[in-house]
Amino acid sequence: MQTPVIQLAYLASAALFIVGLRRMQSPATARRGNQLAAGGMLVAVLATLFLYDILSPWMMILGLLIGGGIGAVLARQVEMTAMPELVAVFNGFGGLASALVALAEVAQYAGDSAILAPGAELAAGTAFTVVLSVLIGMVTCSGSFVAYGKLSGRLSGNPVAFVGMRTATLGVLGGAVFFGGVFVASAAAAAWLTIPSVVLLSLGALALGILLVVPIGGADMPVVVALLNSYSGLAAAATGFVLGNIALIVSGTLVGAAGFILTVIMCEAMNRSLVNVLTGGFGGEEGAAGAAAEAPEGRTVGETSPDDTAILTSYADQVIIVPGYGLAVAQAQHPLREIAELLEERGVTVKYAIHPVAGRMPGHMNVLLAEANVPYDSLFEMEEINGEFAQTDVALVVGANDVVNPAAREPGNDISGMPILNVDEAQTVVMMKRSLSPGYSGVDNALFYADNTKMLFGDAKESTDAIASELKALGA
Amino acid sequence: MQNFIVFVLSAFLGNEILSKVPQTLHTPLMSGANAISGITVVGALVAAGMSGGGWSSWLGFFALVVATINVVGGFLVTDRMLQMFAKKQRPSGGEAEPQGVKAGAK
Repeated sequence: MQTPVIQLAYLASAALFIVGLRRMQSPATARRGNQLAAGGMLVAVLATLFLYDILSPWMMILGLLIGGGIGAVLARQVEMTAMPELVAVFNGFGGLASALVALAEVAQYAGDSAILAPGAELAAGTAFTVVLSVLIGMVTCSGSFVAYGKLSGRLSGNPVAFVGMRTATLGVLGGAVFFGGVFVASAAAAAWLTIPSVVLLSLGALALGILLVVPIGGADMPVVVALLNSYSGLAAAATGFVLGNIALIVSGTLVGAAGFILTVIMCEAMNRSLVNVLTGGFGGEEGAAGAAAEAPEGRTVGETSPDDTAILTSYADQVIIVPGYGLAVAQAQHPLREIAELLEERGVTVKYAIHPVAGRMPGHMNVLLAEANVPYDSLFEMEEINGEFAQTDVALVVGANDVVNPAAREPGNDISGMPILNVDEAQTVVMMKRSLSPGYSGVDNALFYADNTKMLFGDAKESTDAIASELKALGA
Repeated sequence: MQNFIVFVLSAFLGNEILSKVPQTLHTPLMSGANAISGITVVGALVAAGMSGGGWSSWLGFFALVVATINVVGGFLVTDRMLQMFAKKQRPSGGEAEPQGVKAGAK
């Protein structure tokens, strides 16, 4: 039972989570914040382990060691470029765990091992929170693993759709809600229905998670990952309601809020509603298959070489680098930072402009550049830097496309109204790209054919390496 | 009812604290928050440790392992990321490039 001491310990860990998250407001204090939050978790686990009447403490410690070992290995081995996948996987585990705890609670009530309160009935209120916990937890789990598949390239990043998909999704949702209802009703009236209905609810929720994420394209993954993050928090909060545990409710809700805020920020950055993102089918297929790699009639493309780019940038006063997902794919963050340093040595001001949805998760570019030792005070958010492009000599676009596409300013296409980085205002734009194919949105980019744009075709890593060595040669 | 009050107040609190997190830290925020959602490990300990066996304790044990992966992995990977952010408070390239090289390049 929950003694006052345990309650106090939970209160302490919730307070540590809050203080820890608050410190995430600045890069200087964030690391300490994360450690405080981890400390809060330790307090909660130790309090539970030693203050509850745990029947099999060694078994529990074994479980903690197994899970901790797997988690530590995953965390140590992951490449920074694979961070979106890992976050998705951890999310999935979080959701799964919450759902399993709720299921274990059901198993206990169902008389499987009614030690706590023999013959106790599942109250309708509790049964309702079990349904929420299982539903959200399982959707988070399967949805996160589909997101993992898409982010890691094991599944196609294109939106997948089949005829009647929306009907199927609604049908599965209806089924899950129906079995949830049966479960709540059976808790009081027909105990034999409890287990079958909760199992069907779980399966339905798993299928629902898959159906919800499969139709969403790769470029919309930042929204999906943030939303699933929010769900994993809500699942923990729902489990907190099931168990009447304040620690779970407070922390789960905090996480839910964090994920929700990020989701809203991502949607605003694309000028699309959440519903629009979730109903999916945006871009992808056409963009990849129709790849118009040739310039349309009457429009010419200016090409440039790494050597020319090196010379151009070295005589500039200010260069703004605009990274995108292509940077992550090519792993070009290190040579890019080298270029920036070489330019700075020559007295060129170098800034980085980060679009909120560049990459595959919120803040993806910032992590990559941090890994390459780019100082975070040279990274600028869109609103801060957009006014500066007009006074900039060279905008160096590395593997970004839709976030710099001027078509967003015109009505009548898929990205209309999306806030973009105004790179076209710079004196010269150098775009490093493999081809002239449009981005994920499938909207052709007029920037390719602009008079002040030079295309530098090829792999971003090779191009940046070549520019860096040319700059070195110039400096010598 | 009490639980519900806590839930609503936490939602407001979370909104208040977290909407001020800068874009630079969005990924660590997400993975750190994710680790915190592994608080469900507490529920798993109760579920697995307090039932006498059978389905309930196996489900709980599985939940315990999975939740711990989330907690330990989440906090460690966030720490790894934040370490990279923190070490760049020093002026750029200061430690790597000796002054002489800088002057020579001009």
